[in-house]
Amino acid sequence: MAELDTSGGGKHKGGKIRSKKASTRIDLTAMVDLAFLLITFFIMTTTLAKPKAMDMFMPDKSKKDVQLPVPETRTMTVWLGANDKIEWFIGAPGKTPPTVSNFGKDGIRKDLVEQNQKIKATHTGPDNDMIVLVKPSDHSTYKNFVNMMDELSIAGINRYGVVDITPAEVAQLKKDGNY
Amino acid sequence: MTAMCDVAFLLLTFFILTAKLRTEDPLHIDTPFSSVPQVVPDENVATISVGKGKIFFGIEGTDIRKALLEEMGKQYNSHFTPEEEQRFSLIPTFGVPMSQLHQFIALDENQRKDFNQSGIQTDTSANNELSSWIYQARLVTKNLKNQELRIAIKGDARDMYPEYKRVVDVLQRQGENKFVLITQLKSK
Repeated sequence: MAELDTSGGGKHKGGKIRSKKASTRIDLTAMVDLAFLLITFFIMTTTLAKPKAMDMFMPDKSKKDVQLPVPETRTMTVWLGANDKIEWFIGAPGKTPPTVSNFGKDGIRKDLVEQNQKIKATHTGPDNDMIVLVKPSDHSTYKNFVNMMDELSIAGINRYGVVDITPAEVAQLKKDGNY
Repeated sequence: MTAMCDVAFLLLTFFILTAKLRTEDPLHIDTPFSSVPQVVPDENVATISVGKGKIFFGIEGTDIRKALLEEMGKQYNSHFTPEEEQRFSLIPTFGVPMSQLHQFIALDENQRKDFNQSGIQTDTSANNELSSWIYQARLVTKNLKNQELRIAIKGDARDMYPEYKRVVDVLQRQGENKFVLITQLKSK
C-alpha cells in the first residue's frame, strides 16, 4: 500500500530508454519510533483514573427554628467507633441496646436494608421511610465516614444527617470496647 | 510498517485526548474508595487537601489564582507584585501561612518540593486563614466567572474523623453547606 506503480509498463521493443524513477515508499521507522516515544511519555506523565466526587450536604446551622420533630420509631442512630466498628439502634437512645456491626458485606449494608424494610412495613402513610443519624466518634477514621455515606446511598436511604456524638454515647461505645 | 505507524498514532491520539496531566501533590493522600460514578468538576473548583494534620489549598484557573492572591494581600496588608502574582498563578496547591507566602512564591519549582510546608493555619476563630482563602476564592470566582465556587475536600482514608470535621466546621461557619468529597472508584 501507499506505493505508486513506478515500473513504467512493459518493455517496448526498441522503445525509448526511460530514466528509472525513485520509489515513493518512505521509511517510517523514525516516525514510528517517535510515536512510541510520545506514547510512553504520555503514559508516564498522565493519569487516567479520574477522581470521583461524592456530594455532601450539611444542614444549615444558621437556621435554628426549622427543627422538625422526628418520630423515634423511624430513626436509626449509627455510631462510628474505633477499629472500623459500628453500633446502631432504632428509636430513642438507652431503650434498646445497640447492635455491633461492621463495614463488611453482611454488616451495616444488610442492617440498613433490613431495618428500612421493617420500618416501611410497620408505618403507614407517604412519610414512612427511615431516617438515619450518623454520629462519627473522634476515634473513627475519615474512611469509615465515607464508607458509611456510601452505604447509605447504596441502600437508597435519602434521609440522613451527620450529627455530633454526645459524651453519653461515647461512654456507651467505651463500655462496649469500641472506642 | 504503515500499519504499525497507524496504530502508534491512534494510541497517541487516544492518550492525549483522554488523559489528564498528573499534578504533583505536595502531600501524599490516599483517598478512600466509594461507589459514586460522578467525577470531580474541572472548573471553578477549590480543593482542600487534608492529611497528616496539615491542610493544603488549591484552586483551578490561573486568572482566579492571580485575583485571589491580590485580594488576600489586601486583607492581610501584604502587597504582592504582579510578578509574584504571575508565579503564584502556576502553583496548583500550597500549604503555607500568609507570613511565609512571599518566601514560598520566590522559590523555584524544585526548591518548592523540598520546602517544608507547614499547612494552612486554622484555629477556632471564625476568621482564620483557611476561612479567608475559601471566602476570597468564592468572591473572586463569583466576580470573574459569575459562577459559584465548588469546594472539594480531599481527605486521607487513614485520617481520623476530627481532621475532616475541622475543615467542615470552617465551611459551615461561612454558610457553605454543600461540598464534595474526593474519592476513588472501588475496583470490583
